[in-house]
Amino acid sequence: MINWIWICMAAIGIIYAMFSGNMEAVNEAIFESAAQAVTLAIGLISILVFWLGMMRIAEEAGILRGLAKIFRPLISKIFPEIPKDHPALGYILSNLTANMFGLGNAATPLGIKAMEEMKKLNKHSETASRSMITFLILNTTGLTLIPTTVIGIRMQYESASPTEIVGVTLLVTCIGTIAGLIIDRFFYYKSTWRKS
Amino acid sequence: MMGFISVISIWMIPCFILFIMIAASMKRLPAYDLFVEGGKEGVKTAVSLLPFLVGMITAISILRSSGALDAFVDILSPLLAFIGFPAEVLPLALIRPISGTAALGMTTEIIATYGPDSFIGTIASVMQGSTDTTLYVLTIYFGAIGIKKIRYALQAGLLADLIAILAAVFLVTMMFG
Repeated sequence: MINWIWICMAAIGIIYAMFSGNMEAVNEAIFESAAQAVTLAIGLISILVFWLGMMRIAEEAGILRGLAKIFRPLISKIFPEIPKDHPALGYILSNLTANMFGLGNAATPLGIKAMEEMKKLNKHSETASRSMITFLILNTTGLTLIPTTVIGIRMQYESASPTEIVGVTLLVTCIGTIAGLIIDRFFYYKSTWRKS
Repeated sequence: MMGFISVISIWMIPCFILFIMIAASMKRLPAYDLFVEGGKEGVKTAVSLLPFLVGMITAISILRSSGALDAFVDILSPLLAFIGFPAEVLPLALIRPISGTAALGMTTEIIATYGPDSFIGTIASVMQGSTDTTLYVLTIYFGAIGIKKIRYALQAGLLADLIAILAAVFLVTMMFG
């Protein structure tokens, strides 16, 4: 799908330029924007190195594990079908805390582990279980404390206050996550009504 | 309320760093060594992002400089004006659940065009930062464990994205508009 979107963006742009007479601007944009993208990626190194370095200390210091412990009662309420001391809950908690701190690379393998455990609970069925969907929703709504990449991009384009968006972003993430959980419950109850 | 949120924006990162430093010294960790070790991961991440960004930003720039993107925005502006949704961020809202790198490219391009502190640039920043790529997460996780029937997962995920996107527009309009 993404291949098609990419082709369409470039192709529509070039065809549109044939009629709008902006071909010169397009020609310039191709090479300028490629250079701009490289500058941006290099610029992002600064914030990514700093943040992932900090997070490595936080991980060793047990901050992520401590947070997982605090959230455990809440998470086991959100996943009523998972037994309280099942390993699936542990993986779910580590995945969510890693995501909260923007550690996407660490979060993904933990998330897959969590899914595998939930599949065992679901007797290895090929149909998604209720818990799996709830977990997926929590991941897609992307509960993030600090949007480091966005701050990095804002820095690159000389924002007067790159971190100005942190508070609103946090608020929007929370709204999205709570809405996601409500929607998830709604769809779940709807699916059980149909059966009975 | 609004003042409180901007204070959080400024204080959160420094306070969190202080918290990490205190926790590390209490546990007598080699904090600096750990920082350097973790930082290497950051170099890898940024470098692996590079080809994605070049590809996406170039395609979006072609679309922008040809005038096609502005034409699209001009057509939709009057329709979206009713609900107070700026048409300039609609392409980002549409692509956000589909592809993470395309959304990152789009956010960058919007910030470059309108400025990071402009109303449009702020909405784009919040949109990009507040949700994750639904389709990607679904493919990776359900693909990894071989789920064939996804039931209501996609509808629920996309509906949650829609609410987050509307919340981003609404709250930024209230705070910065």
